Amino acid sequence: MIPELGSIRSPQRRRLVDRIFMLFCMLVTSLSIIALGVLLVSITIQGIEHLDLDFVKNPPSRKAEKAGVFASLWGTVWICIVCALSALPIGVGTAIYLEEFAKDGRIRRFIDLNISNLAGVPSIVYGIIGLTVFARMFGLFGTINEPAIEIGDPYSFWYFRLPFGGAVLVGGLVLMLVVLPIVIVSAREALRAVPSSLREAALAAGATRWQMVRRITLPAALPGIMTGSILAISRAIGEAAPLLVVSGVLFIRFAPENLMDQFTAMPLQIYNWAGRPQEEFHAVAATGIMVLLAILLLFNTIAIIIRQVFHKPLQ
Amino acid sequence: MQGQAGALDHRNVGASLPGRPRSLSSQQRSSTFVKGVLFLCVLFSVCTTVTIIAVLLKESFAFFMMDEVSFREYATGTKWTPLLGAQKQFGVWPLITGTLLVTVVAAAVALPLGVITAMFLSEYAPRRVRAVLKPILEVLAGVPTVVYGFFALMVITPSLQWLFNGTGPGAQYIDTFNALSAGIAVGIMCLPIVCSLSEDAMQAVPRSLREGAYALGGTRFDVSVKVVFPAALSGIMSSYLLAIARAVGETMIVALAAGASAKMAWNPGSEVQTMTGYIVQIYLGDTDSLGVEYYSTYAIAATLFIMTLLITWTGYAISRRFRQVYE
Repeated sequence: MIPELGSIRSPQRRRLVDRIFMLFCMLVTSLSIIALGVLLVSITIQGIEHLDLDFVKNPPSRKAEKAGVFASLWGTVWICIVCALSALPIGVGTAIYLEEFAKDGRIRRFIDLNISNLAGVPSIVYGIIGLTVFARMFGLFGTINEPAIEIGDPYSFWYFRLPFGGAVLVGGLVLMLVVLPIVIVSAREALRAVPSSLREAALAAGATRWQMVRRITLPAALPGIMTGSILAISRAIGEAAPLLVVSGVLFIRFAPENLMDQFTAMPLQIYNWAGRPQEEFHAVAATGIMVLLAILLLFNTIAIIIRQVFHKPLQ
Repeated sequence: MQGQAGALDHRNVGASLPGRPRSLSSQQRSSTFVKGVLFLCVLFSVCTTVTIIAVLLKESFAFFMMDEVSFREYATGTKWTPLLGAQKQFGVWPLITGTLLVTVVAAAVALPLGVITAMFLSEYAPRRVRAVLKPILEVLAGVPTVVYGFFALMVITPSLQWLFNGTGPGAQYIDTFNALSAGIAVGIMCLPIVCSLSEDAMQAVPRSLREGAYALGGTRFDVSVKVVFPAALSGIMSSYLLAIARAVGETMIVALAAGASAKMAWNPGSEVQTMTGYIVQIYLGDTDSLGVEYYSTYAIAATLFIMTLLITWTGYAISRRFRQVYE
C-alpha cells in the first residue's frame, strides 16, 4: 500500500508546513509537562506549611493544625503487605504457567482474554465484589457485629473472625484483585524477554520444565518481574475507590493491630480531607499528597534502579 | 539457593544445573506437582471473573425484584432519586448522561493531545528529548487519581470559574462541582495511556514505509501524518478505547470534583453525578444498612461492568480486525 502524498506543492511551502506542524507538536507536548508542573507546584504551595515530622507522627484530628497521617500511613503499609503477599505469588505463578507450561491453544487464548478483561474492570467494581465476598462473605457467617467464627480476642494480634468485615485483610485482598492483572502482564513480559535458547539448552541438558524455570528462566527474568511488581504495588498504594467501598471513610487514630482491625489508608485520608468544606483541611490534604507522592517516587526510583542495575541483555 | 549467582549469569548454565542427584521420576513428579500448583494460580483469575459476573447478576436480580424497582423503569427512566424517602425513583439515565458528559470532556482532552504527543515522541523528538519526556509521562501515569481529584477541585475549577464567570467569554455559570473540571482532570489522567499506547503503535510501523515516503520526497510532516498515522490507526484507535474505558470507570476524580446531583444535564459547567460517583455516595454513608439503595449499587456496578467490557472488547476487535501486517 502506497499512501497518497497529496497534491504537489512547492518544496518551500511543504517545508513551512513541516516546521509549523513540528512547532505545534512541541507546543502540545509541552502542555503535559506544564500540567505536571502546575500540579506539583500548586500542591507544594498549599501543603508545604504543614509538612514536618509531626505530620507523619500525628493521628488525624478535628483540628487542621494537629492533623497527621500516622494512622493512614500504617494502614497503607499493612494493606500493601497483604496485597504484595497475595498478588505477587498468584500473579507470578499465573505468568509462569502461561509462559512456560501452557501449550499454545484454546485454553491459553481463553485465559489471555480473561486477564485482559480483568484488567479493564473499573476498580470500584472490584471494591463491590470484595465487599460481598471478603467482607460480608455473602452473609453466610452472620454479620460483622456478630461473627459466626472468632478466634482470639479483638485486641490480640492473632485475632481472626469470619466474616472479615471492613478489615485490613480485606483492603489488601481487594487491592490484590485490582493489581493482579498488572502483575501477570508485567511478569509475562519479563519471562518472554528471556531468550528461548536458554530454555532449550536447559531442556537439552535433561532438566525438567520446573528445573528449567527455577534455575534458568526465573533468575533471568527476576529483575523484570521485580520492576513490574513494584510498579503494581505503587498502583495499589494510590488506589482509593475499592478501599472506600469496603471500609468507608473512618476516623481512626491508631495503626492496625491485627489483620481484622479497621483501617484507613493514605488516599482515603486525603479524599476525606479534600472533600471537607473547611479551607484549612485542603492544605492538610495537600501535605498528605506530598507524603503520598514521595512514597510513590521512592518506589519508582527503586524500580528504576533494579531495572538499570540488574538488566543484562541476554541476547 | 545453591548456584544462584551462577544461574543469573547464563554462561554458567551447566554449572548451576545439577543439584543433589535424584531419580528422574521424582524430578518429573515434582515438576508435575508444580505445574498443578501453578495451574491453580491460573484458575484463580478465572474464578475472579466468574465471581464478578455471578455476584453482580445475583444482587442486581435481587434489586430488580424489589417492590420499589422495575427493570423497565431502570432502563428507561430519567429520574434517579434513591435517597428521597417515599418517592424513590430508579431511572439510570441521569447517571449515564453524567458519566458520558465527563467522559466526552476527558476524551476531548486526552485523545488529540495524547496522539499528537505520541507523534512528537515517535517521529520528531531527538533521543535526548525523548529520554526526558518519557519519564515525565510515566510520572503523570503514576499519580494517584485522588490527587487529580484534589487538583480538579482546587486548581481547575477555580481557574474555570475565573475564566468563564462574570465577564469572561461565554459568561456561563460554572458550579463549584462540575463535569467540565472533572472531565479535564480525567483527561489528564488518561493522556499517558493514549500517548504510550499510540506511540507503541507508531513505533511498530516498519522503517521501510517511512523510508519509502522520504525517498519519494516527503517531509517529516508528510511521513508522520500521511504514512505513519494511517498505518498505526488501528493501534491508536484501540488506545483511545482503552482510555475511554478507564475514564468511564474513574471514581475518585468525579467523586471529588463532579458533585452528587443526579440530573439529566448537557451543560458541562453544571453539577452531575456519574455511576461511580453514586456508588461512592452510598458507601460513604452507613454501609451496614441493606436497603434498596445498597442493592442499587450492584445494578449500577453491573451496568458499569458491561459498559467497560463492551468498550474494551471493541478496542481489541478493532486492533485485531484492522491491524495491518507488514512484511
